Amino acid sequence: MSKDNQILEEFTSKEYEHGWSVNYEADEAPAGLNEDIIRWISVKKEEPQWLLEWRLKAFKTWQSMIEPEWANVHYPKINLQALKYYSAPKQSKKPKSLNELDPELLAIYERLGISLNEQKRLQGIAVDAVLDSVSVATTFKDTLSKLGIVFCSFSEAVKEHPELVKKYLGSVVPMTDNYYAALNSAVFSDGSFCYIPKGVRCPMELSTYFRINAANTGQFERTLIVAEDESYVSYLEGCTAPQRDENQLHAAVVEIYAGAHAEVKYSTVQNWFPGDKNGKGGIYNFVTKRGICAGDYSKISWTQVETGSAVTWKYPSCILKGDNSIGEFYSVAVTNNYQQADTGTKMIHIGKNTKSRIVSKGISAGKSQNSYRGQVQVMKRATNARNFSQCDSLLMGDRCGAHTFPYIDINNPTAKVEHEATTSKIGEDQIFYCNQRGIATEDAVALIVNGYAKEVLNQLPMEFAVEAQKLLALTLEGSVG
Amino acid sequence: MSTLTTQDTFNSILESAPKNFTELRSKGKAQYLSQGLPALKDEEYKFTPIRKKIEQTISRFELAKSFEVNALDVKAAIFAGFEGSVLVFTNGKFIPELSSYDTTLTVNEITDQPDLPLGSIAKAEKDPFVGLNQAGFQDGIAISLPKKSKIEKPVLLLSFYKSNEGQVIQPRIWIEAGDFAEASFIDLSVSMDDSPYFVNKVVEIKGGVNSQLNYYRLQNEGKHVIEVSNTETDIREHSRFTSVNVSLSGDMVRNNLNLNLIGSNSEGNMYGLYLLNGKTHVDNHTNVDHTIPHAESNELYKGILADQSRGVFNGKIFVRQDAQKTNAFQQNNNILLSEDAIVNTKPQLEIWADDVKCSHGCTTGQLDEEALFYLRARGIDKTQAKGLLLYAFAGEVLEHIGDESFREYCIALVGDRLGSKF
Repeated sequence: MSKDNQILEEFTSKEYEHGWSVNYEADEAPAGLNEDIIRWISVKKEEPQWLLEWRLKAFKTWQSMIEPEWANVHYPKINLQALKYYSAPKQSKKPKSLNELDPELLAIYERLGISLNEQKRLQGIAVDAVLDSVSVATTFKDTLSKLGIVFCSFSEAVKEHPELVKKYLGSVVPMTDNYYAALNSAVFSDGSFCYIPKGVRCPMELSTYFRINAANTGQFERTLIVAEDESYVSYLEGCTAPQRDENQLHAAVVEIYAGAHAEVKYSTVQNWFPGDKNGKGGIYNFVTKRGICAGDYSKISWTQVETGSAVTWKYPSCILKGDNSIGEFYSVAVTNNYQQADTGTKMIHIGKNTKSRIVSKGISAGKSQNSYRGQVQVMKRATNARNFSQCDSLLMGDRCGAHTFPYIDINNPTAKVEHEATTSKIGEDQIFYCNQRGIATEDAVALIVNGYAKEVLNQLPMEFAVEAQKLLALTLEGSVG
Repeated sequence: MSTLTTQDTFNSILESAPKNFTELRSKGKAQYLSQGLPALKDEEYKFTPIRKKIEQTISRFELAKSFEVNALDVKAAIFAGFEGSVLVFTNGKFIPELSSYDTTLTVNEITDQPDLPLGSIAKAEKDPFVGLNQAGFQDGIAISLPKKSKIEKPVLLLSFYKSNEGQVIQPRIWIEAGDFAEASFIDLSVSMDDSPYFVNKVVEIKGGVNSQLNYYRLQNEGKHVIEVSNTETDIREHSRFTSVNVSLSGDMVRNNLNLNLIGSNSEGNMYGLYLLNGKTHVDNHTNVDHTIPHAESNELYKGILADQSRGVFNGKIFVRQDAQKTNAFQQNNNILLSEDAIVNTKPQLEIWADDVKCSHGCTTGQLDEEALFYLRARGIDKTQAKGLLLYAFAGEVLEHIGDESFREYCIALVGDRLGSKF
């Protein structure tokens, strides 16, 4: 036990790698939240009237809602009036190509290890980089547009493809969905938009990289992915934030629409600043993610590696509306120090022969609390629905907690639903087995944890798997190996 | 929580409560009023609209009075082969004349025992119905088992219910077992007429060190019964407590079973079967609270749901920070037999200690086609093959009933329901 404590101690002294911030000149909205601010944002972004009205409607809805408290997380309330709802790096004019982009901004992303410079990349990944409230650069646009794929910032999509945005915005996550989704609908600043036309298989991974830089701001981005019939896209999302003493709010909305035979794979490596070892600071990550398998034989797959954020409140969900559609959710959530995570998924089976699979692996260390909260719902007409859920928790240290709240609601006799969960710590026999074979305890624990999370990590695209594995090792370094 | 309707609904019960246990009752009343009758938005009553059901069904919010039953009624109610003590109740009131019990047992009417620590195990703040019972229970008994007593034959708690001037019945049972005591209790209720009534029962069981207690309950009164039961027990060092709950009928039934493991090397077992048809709605909420190291809990609840019935299961395993070396297992399996049956299940784990082994499993589905085919290939017709498989499914729960005659009785009832005899 003392060894464990010592190991944990070492680990907790680990610093957050992306904790730096850069001073650049920013264009910011005044603090506060009211209709004027929303108008201000809308004007700033040169938005059409319908979008402004949509935002104002969302704001009205939001005002009538109360902050949810059912999640198994505890945190001081956020003063939403003290936040700034818009912060953008100042640029004299819109850059036409990367060469014109402010080198300082490029440097930020270089430092994060995300090259926006297309030439230097051996393998193509199109990146949309979002800094605070705006998208600063999108790479590989030309290559993609030849195939008819639209991949750009949300603001650009509003200007150039208003009909698409109008059709799908809020169709999966309505503005009335929940408190944070309504807030996001009112004040969202930017995000990514992606449209894959019928029958097109996106040749490269699309990726968004979110970075909060400014202090006292909230980040409210919105991602909308539309995959038309028979199309395929794999989408990656990554995020980091500077180390600050105060808590920052990140309330994003991700909507995915999948037509018949379409497949969307959405992967996230979430590494927002988790707060320091005393639980000070860190990002509140209150995210609404939902996809709809609208067409028959469509598939949506969520994969997430959650290592950051002080408080996470996130349930990527699938509405399986089309017959024979498939929803998947793979998650590794690691919490340490005073982090709290309440995450899971919802699988709503509406169509016939729909299938879903949930694999959730929680790892809690330090004084953190890790909860899995999920729902599997089989509607009356969802004949032959099939679900398998597995949620395991691994506990490291005797001051952390692991909780499971699965809701299983079945309204059709032909449904086959299975759920299993286990909670345990790393067995001494397992460690002993490794020790016996000359593997040091730290390495043994790393090995075991890696094996434990493998089922999920295997689902990540190559480039992300490497990052995730590195992140997992780093987060748990000292604590496990 | 709106308490206004609540006050209106049960006001007469609260006002007309007997004039004993005044302090206890006023505490219960305060707790009840502060919580109110649960609405659907209450997480704990999310799938069970008990408030609506009570308000729609019950018209006379008065405590039902005790009534006459005779020895023949008692004889008719007792199942074949039963041997043991019988304690008879009518609308919650103990009838000593019709009861016969093992002399090692001390049985007293609750109202004669003003010093009983009622409410110390089943706490009113946990559930509004406990508060309601505490405020307005009419009758009940206190059973105590002396140290090292071993009651070989089971104790049958036979309750007769009848809607009688009022439709609310609030029985209360206190069982206290000394160290090393062993006993089994069978809780069986009989409905004497077909008009609806609402039973709100609280059972508190205080187990001694090294005690071995079993509590079996059969709910098969009729389609007009609304029942809420709260059963809570403290399990001390080296003790074992086993509960088996079989629900076969009722309008809306809600069972709260709370096991508090407060002594090391103890074991708590919870088994349940809900075999439902018609529009019966049964909600089982179990909660096992591991407060100390080295304790074990096992749970198996199974449901077979036909017609428009609805089964709700919520099993919570709570492992506190100090409860290292805990082993907790939970399983819930459901079979839906009809298009209109619904099951809502939530197997919940809350673990605050690291050196534990906890697991839960939950399945919902249909009968295994291959097993069915196997039987049919051997000349067993479809109905019977189905019955056989369901019977085997249910049998896994029933086999935990220790008393043979009661087990056989339950098996026969289940067999009848499934349409085949074995």
